[in-house]
Amino acid sequence: MPTITFIRADGRNERVEAEIGESAMRAAVVHGVDGIVAECGGSALCATCHVYVDDKWISRLAAVGDDEDALLDGTASERQTNSRLSCQITITLELDGLVLRLPERQV
Amino acid sequence: MVTTGSAGFVGGRARSASGSVLSGIPGLDIDPFAIEFFENPYPAQEALREAGPVVHLDKWKVYAVARYAEVYAVLNDPLTFCSSRGVGLSDFAKEKPWRPPSLILEADPPAHTRTRAVLNRVLSPAVMKQIRDGFAAAAEAKVDELLAKGSFDAVADLAEAYPLSVFPDAVGLKPEGREHLLPYAGVVFNAFGPPNELRQTAIERSQPHQAYVQEQCQRDNLAPGGFGACIHARVDAGDITAAEAPMLVRSLLSAGIDTTVNGIGAAIYCLARFPEEFARLRNDPSLARNAFEEAVRFESPVQTFFRTTTKDVNIGGCGVGEGEKILMFLGAANRDPRRWVDPERYDITRKTSGHVGFGAGIHMCVGQLVARLEGEVMLAALARKVAAIEIAAPVKRRYNNTLRGLDSLRIALTPA
Repeated sequence: MPTITFIRADGRNERVEAEIGESAMRAAVVHGVDGIVAECGGSALCATCHVYVDDKWISRLAAVGDDEDALLDGTASERQTNSRLSCQITITLELDGLVLRLPERQV
Repeated sequence: MVTTGSAGFVGGRARSASGSVLSGIPGLDIDPFAIEFFENPYPAQEALREAGPVVHLDKWKVYAVARYAEVYAVLNDPLTFCSSRGVGLSDFAKEKPWRPPSLILEADPPAHTRTRAVLNRVLSPAVMKQIRDGFAAAAEAKVDELLAKGSFDAVADLAEAYPLSVFPDAVGLKPEGREHLLPYAGVVFNAFGPPNELRQTAIERSQPHQAYVQEQCQRDNLAPGGFGACIHARVDAGDITAAEAPMLVRSLLSAGIDTTVNGIGAAIYCLARFPEEFARLRNDPSLARNAFEEAVRFESPVQTFFRTTTKDVNIGGCGVGEGEKILMFLGAANRDPRRWVDPERYDITRKTSGHVGFGAGIHMCVGQLVARLEGEVMLAALARKVAAIEIAAPVKRRYNNTLRGLDSLRIALTPA
């Protein structure tokens, strides 16, 4: 199974195993990663599963969609060029080792 | 009244709406739209969950799912379980809807995708940032006013009064006639139920409320900058037609008030019943948002919705034919021990993500961010200003075919 590393705002890491085809958000919630709130449970509505994608990985992800783009304008922590919603990142074999940084706030 | 875990179970055979005998699907004589059920739904909800992954409610000749996994699966498969034949018991393919169908709630993709996108943007996280301070200030002022009173009805004076003080203004409604808003929503949510007295009476009396709502949805009646005007502005952008815009405003007026009234009412009722949780909230008011979310899971203000099968389907190993209504018990799913640890406990630090109190999937409540904002700022204000909430008189339940909530909740507040 691909692994994802979540780096919290305080620098601590959590590595989780993700199922292929599930979202990075789902992997975080299943493993109880603090810092991913996911109020809407993956319906692409709430912008509370915001992550900053590690520079090395950003170009390997599918492009930001229009809905995600609009939602990212409403994140609680500042939007940056590498901001994504983790519910919109689908895990593939190629994403094994993905590194996602968590913002200070989700709400 | 249903009082035991197996009450209502009448055997392993049920009849479909077309009359054929079905194998493997238990038939139950539970009526989830009866007063006794509303008074205490939990034993019957347990019976519904434990009878099987899908059950048949003989009284209304309808299939139902009450376990979390099946409710979640039905919500997330809108092509198989459609909404365009109505999300109440009434099948729009067989019966004329009581009002013109909603362009969003009672629509399927691809039609739904376009109208939904408009409301998503009007009620987006970015818009919530703009209205947040105003909603928070109004909550603070409301709590100060109620502390001065000391003892009051938390339904009328808080759970209704607060949303009514912020949401209609946010939509851009005129001040006149707002007394129609709660009765209109009451009709809408009763009308999803079966043709019982609640539904029939509500629809019979609905005309003045419908007339008010239809009028307020017109562009000229909506203040600039409000949610309503923002919807109409999408006509100019070419996203929706001039005929569609008032119908989308209607969705806000149908589902934007009574739901938050019952959500906030549920949260107050929880915090009054579980003082140790209120103490935790006072200790850390940043838990306010999750305390509200957990109240939505715990009480499930919207208890049920229906879908209609678009083909023969298999639910949890049981076959259900095309064109059958499926009743989803959101409240039962939110207390399914298969999904939730200690589901009967109101725990303000629970990880609530995945509860279906706002639904799930493409039809998940489009106003959920407004609801959470209202709930969060109200509970945060209470946490900072109030030392104790005490129930001062026996509570009275309000009866509605879809909404769960109280008619009166007399409480006394002790200032912090």
